[in-house]
Amino acid sequence: MIDRALLGPQFRTPNLRECLEAMALAGPLAVVTAGWQDREGEIEELRAHVGRPVVDLALYTRAEHVHADDPPLAAAARERQERLQELQDLYRLRLHALMAAVEELSPAPGEAPARRRARRAALGDVRRLDREHLAATAREHAAFARHWQRAPRPSLSAHRKALAAALDGAAAVLVAGGHVAVLLNRMRLFGLATLIERRPLIAWSAGAMALSERVVLFHDRPPQGAAHAEVLEPGLGLVPGIVALPHAGERLALGDAARVQLFARRFAPSRCLALEHGSLIRWHRGRVAATRDLKRLSRSGRVVEVGA
Amino acid sequence: MSGALAQLFGAGPPSREALDAFLGAHAVPLVAPESVTFLYRGEAEAVYLRMFIAGLPAAQPLERAAGTDLWILTLALPAGSRFEYKFEVKRPGASEWILDPLNPLKASDPFGANSVCQGYGYVPPEWTLPDEGARAGNFEALALDSRHLGRRRVDLYLPARFRRTRRYPLLVLHDGGDYLRYAQLKTVLDNLIHRLEIPPLVVALTDSPDRLREYVGLDAHADFLVDELLPAVAAKVPLDPDPAHRCAMGASLGGVAALHAAWRHPGAFGRLLLQSGSFAFTDIGENRRGPVFEPVVRFMNAFRARPGRPAERIYVSCGIYESLIYENRSLVPLLQAARIPVRFEEARDGHNWQNWRDRLRAGLTFLFPGPLWMVYE
Repeated sequence: MIDRALLGPQFRTPNLRECLEAMALAGPLAVVTAGWQDREGEIEELRAHVGRPVVDLALYTRAEHVHADDPPLAAAARERQERLQELQDLYRLRLHALMAAVEELSPAPGEAPARRRARRAALGDVRRLDREHLAATAREHAAFARHWQRAPRPSLSAHRKALAAALDGAAAVLVAGGHVAVLLNRMRLFGLATLIERRPLIAWSAGAMALSERVVLFHDRPPQGAAHAEVLEPGLGLVPGIVALPHAGERLALGDAARVQLFARRFAPSRCLALEHGSLIRWHRGRVAATRDLKRLSRSGRVVEVGA
Repeated sequence: MSGALAQLFGAGPPSREALDAFLGAHAVPLVAPESVTFLYRGEAEAVYLRMFIAGLPAAQPLERAAGTDLWILTLALPAGSRFEYKFEVKRPGASEWILDPLNPLKASDPFGANSVCQGYGYVPPEWTLPDEGARAGNFEALALDSRHLGRRRVDLYLPARFRRTRRYPLLVLHDGGDYLRYAQLKTVLDNLIHRLEIPPLVVALTDSPDRLREYVGLDAHADFLVDELLPAVAAKVPLDPDPAHRCAMGASLGGVAALHAAWRHPGAFGRLLLQSGSFAFTDIGENRRGPVFEPVVRFMNAFRARPGRPAERIYVSCGIYESLIYENRSLVPLLQAARIPVRFEEARDGHNWQNWRDRLRAGLTFLFPGPLWMVYE
């Protein structure tokens, strides 16, 4: 694996420059800010922070142009989004029922072995549903890609070429946060994974989620509705073995050992990493080379420091 | 008598110094899990607790503790409650309504200020407090020459990072100035948007120079909102045209005005946020709320006879210490019978701005759920 790094949120106290220096990456940078949607490309603060040229790959804007140039592709993309939404709704419906059982079977003092077995089985049901949903969404994306790669799409191809050119000479590719589904959607549209997989990558917040193998949406204290983490769909798989949890301290009840334990066990063997302001994890040649202010949700229910 | 007071009086009337020390060491009123004890200190003929809690006398006497100038009243009060009050102090030839001199907690409203009683466990929600990390929205003024209501000024709240390339949901708010002054509306909006609990939205803050006429079911007011205000706001800022992204909102008579506008113009507002609406009606007998309510009763009776479908989703809240709780409760099954998704929330609070402030998060996130689950910045 080429060098990669995941960071916590960069709003207020960025540590991107420090990461670039540690990775000895000199030269201009390319950045994906499609997750910012209509704010895409507003990278003055980012440029000022890194103190070097940065080119925004403008995936959000490019996607608008491709859809305008290629109405059949745009219509198909909309239909796929509707199918994905339906899959998510159906998954959520089943998930809530299964999670209710898991919560009902939460550990009790002096519980009988049968209850422990039932709890393990209930969690197994949730994990099975998560896998099933992940596979269903992956199939949807694969079918879309297969179908729309059969015939040439001139607008899409032109933008891919432009992207390849824009990436030429970039010392690293940055992937910023924002709306994770929009970000992934635009990266998928342009096949960005294959364009960037051999380059040093640094991502934060939703960007970190998008580069992982599966995107998990989470919040333990939403103002409405159930607080059950949901699998959204596969990520680009460029940073394997982790579930990225930006703003975990704000979003998750990390002091609640039972919830932490459930979260960690549900998504095991992936490591659930809390990416807070100042957090960093860096890989060099496939191995973790450095970490800073990084914590992991453990299967024992504790939130533990991650060392290199 | 509360435990601490009982201890103080255990060996007979305390000295002036002991009383001073007690009051210096305790937050007043004295709050216990199931009760609250009000204290007033001073010479008087009588002292009354004055508050408006439905079902309780509006004036309740404090008793003078023998041998002291301390007046005491203990009331049962469930945990989580909150209400506003004053003391009436009677002295020879004079009677005066005053804030509780021993209680620093106050709430303001257009009529002045009240002391605040926060029952056991009540804490002002943290999302109502300024957050330095939250990006702040801004205001723009909009002037209208209404053929219905004459010249009007409406303030538009524009969310942080507002841009004209995006289309926004719109909240049309009655008594907008009071919501800003007394319900910390701007802080709440900035916080909820920053936390992604609601989407960035535009708020049109309307005010009326004569709300007792305009907010009681006046057709001209409803027509002003729909025929003049909505197009004027849309011309000034980019709005999402889907009615699901338009909400009318108000408290008290403002709630009546919001419901009336939505009822008179079905489809104009897909969302309604109604707080302690003054939804007076008469099934049997006469209106006993006074002449101001005559037009309200006419409208509500007509509405209750044929509610139609004023919106696609409605949030209703009311304090259980308000006399309006009956009218608000009875609105809910009516709306549900029309198959409208309704969220009804009761609070242990009265007819006041902090009650309405404390319900903003539940109402706004129900009507305009934000991108909380999808956005990680």
